[in-house]
Amino acid sequence: MPVFTPPPLPSDDKRWKIVNGTMRKNGFARHALIETLHTVQSAFGYLDDDSIRFVARSLRVPLSQAYGVVTFYHYFSLKPPGRHTMTICAGTACYIKGADDLAAAAVKRLGIQQGQTTRDGGISLMKARCVGACSRAPVVLCDGEVAGEVTEEQMIEQLERWAVE
Amino acid sequence: MTIEELEQLAKTIGQENDKYDFEVNVCMDLACVSQGADRLREALAKAAEACGKNVLVRRTGCMGPCSSGPLVRVDPEEILYHHVNAGHAEAIVSSLGGDPVPELQCDLNEHFDKQVRVVLENAGYIDPEKIDDYIVRDGYKALLTALTEMTPNGVIHRITESGLRGRGGGGYPTGLKWGTVAKAVGDLKYVVCNGDEGDPGAFMDRSVMEGDPHRVIEGMAIAAYAVGASKGFIYVRAEYPVAVARLTTALREARRRGLLGNGICNTPFNFDVEIRLGAGAFVCGEETALIASIEGRRGTPKPRPPYPAVSGLFGKPTLINNVETFANVAPIIRNGGKWFANMGSERSKGTKVFALTGKIANTGLVEVPMGIKLREIIEVIGGGVPAGHAFKAVQTGGPSGGCIPAEMLDVGVSYDALVRLGSIMGSGGMIVMDDTSCMVNVARFFVEFCMTESCGKCIPCRAGTAQMYTLLSRFCTGTGTMEDLDLLVGLCETIKDASLCGLGMTAPNPVLSTLKYFRDEYIEHIVHKRCPAGVCKMEAPVEVVA
Repeated sequence: MPVFTPPPLPSDDKRWKIVNGTMRKNGFARHALIETLHTVQSAFGYLDDDSIRFVARSLRVPLSQAYGVVTFYHYFSLKPPGRHTMTICAGTACYIKGADDLAAAAVKRLGIQQGQTTRDGGISLMKARCVGACSRAPVVLCDGEVAGEVTEEQMIEQLERWAVE
Repeated sequence: MTIEELEQLAKTIGQENDKYDFEVNVCMDLACVSQGADRLREALAKAAEACGKNVLVRRTGCMGPCSSGPLVRVDPEEILYHHVNAGHAEAIVSSLGGDPVPELQCDLNEHFDKQVRVVLENAGYIDPEKIDDYIVRDGYKALLTALTEMTPNGVIHRITESGLRGRGGGGYPTGLKWGTVAKAVGDLKYVVCNGDEGDPGAFMDRSVMEGDPHRVIEGMAIAAYAVGASKGFIYVRAEYPVAVARLTTALREARRRGLLGNGICNTPFNFDVEIRLGAGAFVCGEETALIASIEGRRGTPKPRPPYPAVSGLFGKPTLINNVETFANVAPIIRNGGKWFANMGSERSKGTKVFALTGKIANTGLVEVPMGIKLREIIEVIGGGVPAGHAFKAVQTGGPSGGCIPAEMLDVGVSYDALVRLGSIMGSGGMIVMDDTSCMVNVARFFVEFCMTESCGKCIPCRAGTAQMYTLLSRFCTGTGTMEDLDLLVGLCETIKDASLCGLGMTAPNPVLSTLKYFRDEYIEHIVHKRCPAGVCKMEAPVEVVA
């Protein structure tokens, strides 16, 4: 059987070495697909066609399977994130405490739907399934930082601070 | 490491700790950190250094009552301070050895008195990144005892005797599951810890993994010895980065101490654990979907049998238990099966951790003996619904569970009792709702969740949840009819009977339980086009042009 040689790195961007590191650590085994996609997303912020192709070829996974995995799991994103991200938790405790109103206010303020980024690439408005900070509901994540018992005014203020940056 | 070495080590660490006259424990769980516990700890450390007293400032896992955070506990006096900020650091440190700071002292005796802490026994007492803190509180003693003094069958017997049932929600007897995997033939077996806490509104497993990670690892190692496995995986949600970091540190420390790896405790037992990240799919809480995800595939369930116990991860016999189940193992081995079986109700033994949230005064983590009345959890431990509003329902079991009304609050919490009420134990989310919540809207919320999370493999779940959502949306907009209601009930039965996995089979529960107890609210929406709680926005009635 011919020895498998992984494809060359897509570019000399150092982040590909980190991606390759995850695959090497797992012996380029097919079951490392999700682990590797996590590494790509944490290094590049999202998954584009080139990165999915590269990972699929390196792990000898059919492209359809790699794309299937990417689109199956909510955590993976095919679009680049904005400079800032406002994530509104949609867990049960947050829903009971009015997260829907927060989401509606943010949608109105930014003029985009949840899951989208403003045209200038400034702010992404996202939805989290539950971040596990339910005791402080409603919760939003401002660039990943948890803020609890958030009011509409506080959230809008934060969005406005980001908008003028 | 031998058991003598472990005991000697615990003694040495204990002596080190005794050098301090005071311990200032700062809760650094997510809720407290989001309120400035980071800055508070720095300020306390600085003040402690400056004051000249012998003070240890320690970061700990969740202390419980998150709504009172940030929390600080001063030992040995066991004084609990609430709503502490960095500005209070000087006052707390200078009070050490004298009178406590009165304005920060919190009186939560009632909250704590009803609780029994087994899984959370170390929460608030140890630094989760220090294996020594765990060892000094009898950590890894159960593992080494099992390895040197018990046979694998003896371990399984003790777990069976304890009556422990799976804490992920299903309630399958743990001893029975272990026995099946132990009997399965195969030279390679796996132990998998399900830390994919996908149930929205629940965070018990996150707190255990973040606050006491070694407890989970020790439980897994004991299970591995019992069933004959040599390799473990912890499957953790990617949304829990702190849990991932703490577990990574804990695994490294355990290996360094020789508590994981080859020839543990000079026995032929080999065991090591790897972390696998989930990627946001509720269905991966289902065993066969979780296995698919660890194998790097889409998390779609498979029909059972074969059960994972016979053919699981990579086709090998696999034991899968939830975080809280593993967290119960070490205390059972240490204290005996009978000790555990003495707690709880007839068919639900031990304790259960609940994440108490929603419209309730004391939100946070609580651990109660099984059999305790829901009323005690909500009114005494939880402090009841804040003034001005009335209790309406408590939701347990997440999207697979149901809403329990006020008249059922005197039922004792157990797997079977909750099923009889039309809900389930679930992993432990307990969300309290008051009169501002609309039960039809709540049902729609959960059905929307299940619709989004349905993996799409079987039609009853994929198409059925979408149809349920459409029907519920009609009620929520005042466009539904009584025929729609009949259709919904029939649909619920079909989805329950015909779905492939637990997600689909239980997806109708929120609808059926709200229909059972709050049918009048549905009728109000349908007949009078009115939402009694004022949540649903009704469409203006359409004029029919003749």
